[in-house]
Amino acid sequence: MAEAAEKSWRPLALLLVCFGAWWVIAAAELVEPYLVPSPGRTLDVVLDKPDYLWHHSWVTTYETLIGFVIAVGVGILSAVVMVYSSTVEKTLYPVLLFAQVVPKIAIAPLFVVWLGFGIAPKILIAVLIAFFPVVISMVTGLKAVDPEMLELSATMGASPWQTFRKIRFPASLPHLFSGLKVAVTLAVTGAVVGEFVGANEGLGYVILQANGNLDTPMLFAGLLVMSLIGVVLFVAVEVAEKLLLPWHASRRDGTAVTTY
Amino acid sequence: MAKDAPADVGRAPDGAVPAVRIDDVAVRFRTKKKDVTALHDVRVDVRDGEFVAIVGPSGCGKSTLLKLVAGLLAPSSGEVLLHGERVGGPRHDIGYVFQRAALLEWRSARRNILLQAEMRGMPAARARSRTDELMDMAGLAGFEDAYPHELSGGMQQRVALCRALLHEPPVLLMDEPFGALDALTREQLNIELNRIWRRTSTTVLLVTHSIAEAVYLADRVLVMSPRPGTVTEVIEVGLPPERDYAQTLATPEFRAATGRIRELLGAVAAHD
Repeated sequence: MAEAAEKSWRPLALLLVCFGAWWVIAAAELVEPYLVPSPGRTLDVVLDKPDYLWHHSWVTTYETLIGFVIAVGVGILSAVVMVYSSTVEKTLYPVLLFAQVVPKIAIAPLFVVWLGFGIAPKILIAVLIAFFPVVISMVTGLKAVDPEMLELSATMGASPWQTFRKIRFPASLPHLFSGLKVAVTLAVTGAVVGEFVGANEGLGYVILQANGNLDTPMLFAGLLVMSLIGVVLFVAVEVAEKLLLPWHASRRDGTAVTTY
Repeated sequence: MAKDAPADVGRAPDGAVPAVRIDDVAVRFRTKKKDVTALHDVRVDVRDGEFVAIVGPSGCGKSTLLKLVAGLLAPSSGEVLLHGERVGGPRHDIGYVFQRAALLEWRSARRNILLQAEMRGMPAARARSRTDELMDMAGLAGFEDAYPHELSGGMQQRVALCRALLHEPPVLLMDEPFGALDALTREQLNIELNRIWRRTSTTVLLVTHSIAEAVYLADRVLVMSPRPGTVTEVIEVGLPPERDYAQTLATPEFRAATGRIRELLGAVAAHD
């Protein structure tokens, strides 16, 4: 615990300074209050309408999570297929890279036309945005396996499935998790972008509504909650990583216990 | 053949089926610009239970030779026989130890050794008792549950050795297993490898850069030429299997063998 405190006090202090600056600017009315509401007013909004924000936050979180899970599933599967079949890799990889160049945000309106105002287009955009880091990190991870380990596996008479399950897949997990951390925050962005384009629910909708009514305290509240969702999801992935990969180099605290 | 290697330089004198027979093997790699011959005219017989060390300059194809025996690489011509049977793919009746321990970092020492058993579908009870026995023999008692990152290089290599011996392979292939260790650890492991070899009566092929290590451990030492590699001379060490380290180093046989190998490799260096 002391170690955690040692690691986190600096960024926390910086955040406090930012909040302090916000508070000072608002309290001294350096900027018109309708442009930048005070932290207190923003918090009041959150406390005044907890059900309203809770409902819309849940919608956004739900879209994000479904999008993230689909992106992870499809991403891992595509990576495995590409690593095991060079034909598929040569066909799919360049197309994937090209697809990454297309700004997904620009396709969002089209998805609304195709899929309507429900949660489907939001999930689809979240999937498309979060998919890329998952594939790239998983391909890198699967290829990073020690070639001598694969040779050993061959002399052990292991089946391809055994080699994958016991050697390649676990070896790729540290890479995969670094991709998952990027993907989960991108999934939030994807869901909110989907809501911006056409929705009657979710934090993207809340922000657009507040914007239309010049209700900046609500706008700020929406932003705060959205950031909070991103942070919570990111931390959740980190905790999962810590639990699943206690052996990984970046997580070690001890050093060698023997001298030769 | 073109080179001056004597045709039967590695042949065993008796008529028994050798544990390993490398019969007139050549390996050529095709690169974009040209064909590279890694090995040519290699003929070696290794008797059952024999310890053979292979020394030679870097890049002479020593490691390639081991991969041929393991069936991880196919020869361009000639053939490799294990106990009279032609090698035509990865062999499961060998143990392999690399220079790097190549351990799975998410598995404890014991479970790294047990990987061998899991892949082969060995009965769990037998695998466990055999693992305990091996870890004991290799001086790993007390480190069963340690993870690779908690072990020193020497200890990691002991784990790799146990993993290679778990299924009691008739042939053990070692590719510079102690090359990355410091001199003292290396000496220690040489002594233990000699002891383990005598207890298991496994046929061992050891690739090494250390002339002393080769002579201390082996019955015979194959000396190889630089690329394109071939066996230029076979040194019979002529020492009993049981070898005290300090005493062995002082014997005339040890000094004669190391001297001769140094001469051969030195001639190579001077020739370069």
